[in-house]
Parts: sequence; structure tokens; C-alpha cells
Amino acid sequence: MINPLQTVLGQAGFGDWRDIAYLVAAICFIFGIKKLASPKTARTGNALAALGMLIAVVATMINLHVVSYTWILIALVLGSGIGVVLAARVQMTQMPQLVALYNGSGGIASALVAIAEYAHVDRGGEAMGASSLFIVGLGALIGCVTFSGSIVAAGKLQGKISGKPVILPMQMPLNIALIAIAVVLSLVLMLYPGAWWTIPLIVVVSLGLGITLTMPIGGADMPVMVSLLNSYSGLAASAAGFIIMNKALIVAGALVGASGLILTAIMCKAMNRSLANVLFAGVGTADSTGTAGRESSFGGTVKSADPDDVAIILDSAQRVMIVPGYGLAVAQAQHVVRELSDQLQAKGIEVMYGVHPVAGRMPGHMNVLLAEADVPYEQLLEIDPANAEIDRCDVAMVIGANDVVNPATRHDKNSPIYGMPILDVDKAQTVFVLKRSMGAGYAGVDNELFILDNTLMVFGDAKDTLQKVLTALDEV
Amino acid sequence: MNGLLITSLFIFVLAILLGVELIKKVPQTLHTPLMSGSNAISGITIVGAILAASSDSLVGLAPVLGFIAILFATINVVGGFLVTDRMLKMFRKR
Repeated sequence: MINPLQTVLGQAGFGDWRDIAYLVAAICFIFGIKKLASPKTARTGNALAALGMLIAVVATMINLHVVSYTWILIALVLGSGIGVVLAARVQMTQMPQLVALYNGSGGIASALVAIAEYAHVDRGGEAMGASSLFIVGLGALIGCVTFSGSIVAAGKLQGKISGKPVILPMQMPLNIALIAIAVVLSLVLMLYPGAWWTIPLIVVVSLGLGITLTMPIGGADMPVMVSLLNSYSGLAASAAGFIIMNKALIVAGALVGASGLILTAIMCKAMNRSLANVLFAGVGTADSTGTAGRESSFGGTVKSADPDDVAIILDSAQRVMIVPGYGLAVAQAQHVVRELSDQLQAKGIEVMYGVHPVAGRMPGHMNVLLAEADVPYEQLLEIDPANAEIDRCDVAMVIGANDVVNPATRHDKNSPIYGMPILDVDKAQTVFVLKRSMGAGYAGVDNELFILDNTLMVFGDAKDTLQKVLTALDEV
Repeated sequence: MNGLLITSLFIFVLAILLGVELIKKVPQTLHTPLMSGSNAISGITIVGAILAASSDSLVGLAPVLGFIAILFATINVVGGFLVTDRMLKMFRKR
């Protein structure tokens, strides 16, 4: 079939007209991400990126040299169906798992594209360049690591696999050895293009590597791992793009790779730890948490309060800062928090939220939960503006957060979380800490906030407690 | 290294640098939608998957791998954009 557009473009020296469509798609992705920088334009940005994807897919489907479209359409319909159901059903608290699963899907797809190109070219007897052969191995490596790593991460987040870090013997040498094996196998493939047997070996080694990389990551370090896997899924797409020489894949993959890397860096900085430390130190494991799980051991008296006391103190406050953590998500307490802040605002009390970058299990986790509960995003303060306001707050209410409010990070050099920037809630007049028990935080560190003079512990399920505070507030 | 590879490498590096500049400006509030939205964009590999599945014959390994790749990539693309939209719908002003 001769396409008139193709003829014109061909004469003008543009080659394949589909490349123009891919360029348009790449522009859509770039402006889409640009618009994601503000809540006002973010939805348009996302729609623009989706439009770019549609353009790329339609352009690819037209003029395809294919015997039958049937199987391609079946795969597209089936995949869309699964995607729609997952997206519609997921609860906002489960978002980290879902994003991990999507990451994994993208990763394995890119690995398969890399391998399929080899299988295709090999069968046709057409020679593949040496660098392309090496990238086949690399693409399979990154894609498979993304896949198995994401599955393990999702399993941990969903609670199907223990969320505790599992440190394997020789953790770091093992991972380095696995990477080295995969790279050497890729080199073998490059030197001996007929050595197809290297590919299943690369797949097995990389799937294993994804598991050994992710198992040592504990719950609170998940924001780093999820960001890193996000980056890998982009790099895997880029690798596939290099193999089939498709610029849309290269550009889009690079954008996502950069995005994941920046989020990873932001998360590491927010914990004052290096990426290597997050990946290999296994903070929260048995030896660093000799104190975990038992009642607090350090000196000082813990004062506790009941919901009625909380209501009375809140009622006389003028400014209140709420500091949410993963416990808020676990208790599904975001809606009752919003009700409480509505009621406080109705009484003329100013309410703001202080959100630490690593609160929750993925970057921005708390922001999404609070948005779901209809909390206006202007009330959500990032760490620096929150700390600038905290001295003027009568009450700081910590809900299900622990390490991100531990003042020991400022002075205790022996603490594993020393130097981590925290929300300085101890500088508020009164601090309420809503918590199930006195157990240590994720990092296995006792929290000296709990024994400060101005801290009152409110034990129990956060949702329950807040409900009681609401009722009591009505009667004050 | 041939010219085509160098050109691709140029595009790759420039796109990374562009990505870094763009994403630095995204505020913490939008980090989750950024992640799921950019994740959907990485599903662009769907293009490669369709090409792989469209080999001249229906026999052989490439079309089978392509079929599975389309399936996974479509989950990633469709689910990713939809769930991002669902989240962004919830972000509202006072």
C-alpha cells in the first residue's frame, strides 16, 4: 500500500512518516511532565501524555507488516481491561503497591521487546550490530530486575511478604557478582551473536538480582526503592529503544529514568543517607534494633492523655499542626482527620499539615491520602515551611509518624537516623502523639519525643482515637 | 560505533538532562502522581512490543514474546494514566 503522506514526506527527506508521529508523541510527553509541576495543570498534563501515547500506538499500528492484527488486538484489549480494573479498584492507601506493579509490568515488557528483537533478527539471519547485541543483554538485565524487584516490593507493601528487611549473607558481594555475571553474559552475546543460550541465563540471573536487591529493604525505606524501580523501568524502555532504534522509546525512557533518579535522590536526602546505605545497610534489622518490639527502655516518664483531654486542649488552641505518617494510612484515618480539622476550623482554629518527604511508603504518599479526604493542598506544608510555623503552633498532633519527628536526630550521634532532617514538633506548646503502643519506630530507635515534658501520648488506634476526640469536641 | 548509535546516544543524554530540569520543579505534593504518570510514559515500550509481535509470520518466538510484551505494556500504560487521573482529580484548592 502506498501512502500519499509517506510519498510526500519521503521526497522531502523525512524517511518514515511514523517518525514524525513519534516526535509529536515525545513532545506530548515533555509538555505533559512539565504540566505535572502544578496541581492546577497536572490533570491536563497527564491527559497530554496519554494523548502522546495514543498517537505513538496508532502510528505504529497503521501500515504494520503483519499477517493478522488479531493477536495484537487481543493483547491490547486484555491489557487495557486489566489496567482499567486495577486502576478503578485500588484504594489510595494501596497506591504504592499498585505503582510498583505497574513498574514491574513496564520492566518485563521492555525486557521481552529486547529479547524478541534478538529472536526475530536471529531467525531472519540478519546481522545485528555488536552494540545492539550488548544492549539486548543490558535491556533484559534492567527489565527483569525491575520486574522481580517490583513484585517483591509490592508483596512487601501489601503484607504478603514480611515488610522487615531480610539481609542475606554476603549481601553486597552477592549482588555485585550477579550484576557482573549478567554483564559478562551480555559481552559473550556481543562477541558470539549465535550464543542464544546466554539470554535465558541473563533472565534468570537478573530475576534473582531483583529479589536480592529488594528483600533487604524495610518498609520505611520503600520510598527509595519504589523511586529506584521507577527509574529502572524508564531505563529498560530506553534500552529497548536503542535495540530497535526507536527514538520515542529512547526519549520517553530517558525522561522516566531521570524522574525516578531525582525522586530517589530527594528521598535519600530526606533521610540523610546515601543510596548505598539504603540499599545495603538494612536499617531496621535484628542487630540495629536490639531495642525493637519491647517497651521503651530509656529513662524519663511518659505522660499519656485520653481523647477528652485532647479535645479540651485543642479547643483552647489557636494554631494546630497535624503531622501524618504511615500509621495514618494503616488506620485509614485520613477522612476522620479531615472531619476533625473541619471542626477545628469551624471554631476559628487555624489548621495546617506538616508532611515529611519520606512519611508513608512512597514519595508523596501522605499528600495523595489527604487529597482523597478532600484536604486542600494549600494546607499541606513541606518540611521547611512547616518548621518555620511550628514555634507558633499551640498543638502539634503526630498521627502514626515516628522517626520523622524524633529530636534525637539533632544531637544523638549514635542514632542510626542521626542527621536526618525532621519536623521539629517538639517546639510546639503541646505535642500529642497518637500511637498504638510505646514500641520503637521503624528504625528501631527509641523516640525521645515521647518523654519530653510537653508531649502527651494518646494510645490506641488512630481512627478510633480521632473519632472519640471529635465526639468530645462537640461537648466541650 | 556507527553514526546511528551516536545520534541515539545524543538523544538519550539530552532527554535525561531535560527530564532532570523538568522534574526538579515538581512539588512534593505531586510526587506520587508524577511517579505513576511517568511510569505510564515508560510503557512506551508498547510500541516496540507491537513491532515485535508483527513479524512476518505467526510462528517463531518473537511474535509470542511480543504478544506477552503488549499485554504487560498495555496494563502499564492504560492503568498508569487512569490511576494518575483518578489521583489528580482529588487535588483541590480550598
